[in-house]
Amino acid sequence: MNNLYRLGAALIAGTLFGFGLAFSQMIDPAKVLNFLDITGAWDPSLAFVMAGGLAVNALVTPLILKRSKPMFAEFFRLPTKVEIDARIVVGGVIFGIGWGLAGYCPGPMITSLSFANADILTVFVAFVVGTFISRWVLAHRG
Amino acid sequence: MIGLAAAFLLLAKGRIAGISGIAGGVIYPEQKDDISWRVVFIVGLILGGLIYQWTGFGVGVTHITAQVSTPVLVIAGLLVGIGTQIGTGCTSGHGICGLARRSPRSLVATLCFMGSAVVTVFVVRHLLGGV
Repeated sequence: MNNLYRLGAALIAGTLFGFGLAFSQMIDPAKVLNFLDITGAWDPSLAFVMAGGLAVNALVTPLILKRSKPMFAEFFRLPTKVEIDARIVVGGVIFGIGWGLAGYCPGPMITSLSFANADILTVFVAFVVGTFISRWVLAHRG
Repeated sequence: MIGLAAAFLLLAKGRIAGISGIAGGVIYPEQKDDISWRVVFIVGLILGGLIYQWTGFGVGVTHITAQVSTPVLVIAGLLVGIGTQIGTGCTSGHGICGLARRSPRSLVATLCFMGSAVVTVFVVRHLLGGV
């Protein structure tokens, strides 16, 4: 039963997230590229979307973490690493190049699948391949 | 809305709403018993997009058009996949959840990908005149 609640919670969170991305037009690559184009026809509106999401989380996260455990799980699983290593910089830069090239980051890319067009499928399959290869390499490097 | 969704996932399941991490755990799972909620979350992401279209909010975005040619799409998709796995996160995990937790790692990651994305757009649009 508890498992059902967990899956239900994941479905609600995912749906809300996806709808939010669509509603805020984060899923429109043209809009994303205009947001990133600060020296050209800059469209800053997505900055408010990100800032809004961040503000809500910054306010609510400390309150949630005051609980001894989540509603439907035994414990909170948060990233524990704090040190800044080369991976975070290199990975960030590579991701940014990909994001800047086409205007798709992972969340909007997946939500865009709901529009079922060939271009989105193309970029998504490439993302899956890239993810698989790097996770495989990272796992086998020891 | 995105903020509320991420907060809800943390409240209910104690997990961080990092899309690349959630997807990564499905594409190349590390633990077999940790897949179902990820799949359901991803189904939710798509469902959210569908609801957006069905409810008629899709006035501005009737269809999402790629801005670049197919080879560039492939390269971009690969780089996003590789970069988010090496850098352990994307816009949602580092940019929203990580910054909200005031993680210095996420701050560096966010500055790196925002910076390189801005530079990439600048190079492509203003130096190369589009690809």
